[in-house]
Amino acid sequence: MDEVIFRLRNLKKEYENRCVLHVDSLDIFSGEIFAIVGPSGAGKSTILRLMNFLEPPSEGKIIYHMHDFSAQHDIPIALRRRVTTVFQTSLLLNRSVWANIQFGLKIRSSQDSSQKIEDVLQRVGLSEFSQRRARTLSGGEAQRVALARAMVIQPEILLLDEPTTNLDPYNVSLIEDTVKELNNKNKTTIIIVTHNIFQAQRLAKRVALMLNGELVEVAEVQEFFQNPKDSRTEAFIRGEMVY
Amino acid sequence: MIPDLIEIVTLSLKVSGIALLFSALVGIPVGAVMGLKRFPGRRLIMVLLYTGMGFPPVVIGLLVYLLLSNSGPLRNLDLAFIPSLFTPGAMILAQAVISFPLVAGFTMAAVMGVNPELHTQIRALGASDRQTAWTILSEARLGVIVAIVAGFGSIISEVGAVMLVGGNIEHQTRVLTTAVVLETRKGNFDLAIALGAVLMSLTFIANLVMLRLQGRDTE
Repeated sequence: MDEVIFRLRNLKKEYENRCVLHVDSLDIFSGEIFAIVGPSGAGKSTILRLMNFLEPPSEGKIIYHMHDFSAQHDIPIALRRRVTTVFQTSLLLNRSVWANIQFGLKIRSSQDSSQKIEDVLQRVGLSEFSQRRARTLSGGEAQRVALARAMVIQPEILLLDEPTTNLDPYNVSLIEDTVKELNNKNKTTIIIVTHNIFQAQRLAKRVALMLNGELVEVAEVQEFFQNPKDSRTEAFIRGEMVY
Repeated sequence: MIPDLIEIVTLSLKVSGIALLFSALVGIPVGAVMGLKRFPGRRLIMVLLYTGMGFPPVVIGLLVYLLLSNSGPLRNLDLAFIPSLFTPGAMILAQAVISFPLVAGFTMAAVMGVNPELHTQIRALGASDRQTAWTILSEARLGVIVAIVAGFGSIISEVGAVMLVGGNIEHQTRVLTTAVVLETRKGNFDLAIALGAVLMSLTFIANLVMLRLQGRDTE
């Protein structure tokens, strides 16, 4: 197995004294696609926000490149910039598609951005849309722009928060193919949160089930779907309501 | 007649332009901070800003008059940059005070109108706090331009405060609005109407320029 890139230890997140996330221990390995599945409100998006260092945990820590991210310690911006998220509903800047994709490179003062932007535009099939106003795009196109603006900065870890919810099959397939290609070619570590177990099955090497803010089971994808250890995992795979 | 008119128009634009520049330099950052940050006392400052937006200009003129008068607190400081009464400097100060709450208040509202989730998504792309703030302000640019337009509109057409602190002195502090009042009182209605038309044209042109600055956002 590859080296561990993220270590989550006794991670807790509380909002108004209500615990919404409690993960005792979780390791994410470099270069893997890790899927977190679970029903709405299970804490899946919260864990991604912590992993992107967007808000600090209430307790515990995330260790990334030997730096602790906790309530007491922030992470250096250079490390924060190695991780990015594609959100369920991507909000684009009121600029052209090109400018939206360029944004991440600009804030990093990156040189020679044109070729990189053209490459990612081609990969998401939006080369002809580069000068279009981003806010005139359809939901699927906007989500592809969001994926392109995340890819162009070549993150070490890409977090995907329900990236294909409400999209048509064409856009779902295009996004999934791009994610797989990114993982294969660039060895980008990908953590995807989804309530679609079939998507997790198609993409991930390991899968975790999250319920009520806790990880119920973490296993290799085949093991998870064919031989689940926990009865709640079994029920979730069968499509039953689990709490 | 024409040289006098040019002088009056030039002084009007100079006084209102400099006043707007000062109020924008202070008001836009204040409005941005108010829209982006949460801190103790923020609500009180918001109430003060909103009150300032509706404050009668003539009362601000009176306050500036009292501050700058010989027995006023600012005069006693004897600082070089504090203007004297009945000078363009005093008029600039009064107009800057009038337009500041409008610029800051509208900027604040524009920044608060940007979807808060966009802050998160910008940060997720690796933006620092300063880069995030700048990007949000840029997303709110339409509202910021409206803030500047509102600030300019409030002072170019204002008469009470400039009359009080400027004194409407010929070749020194006479601006379009005070000239209109004077000519009307003298019964020179033709001239008053002409001056009024010039004032309206200036406001129209200024708004046209601002609209152009907004670019494609307004299409």
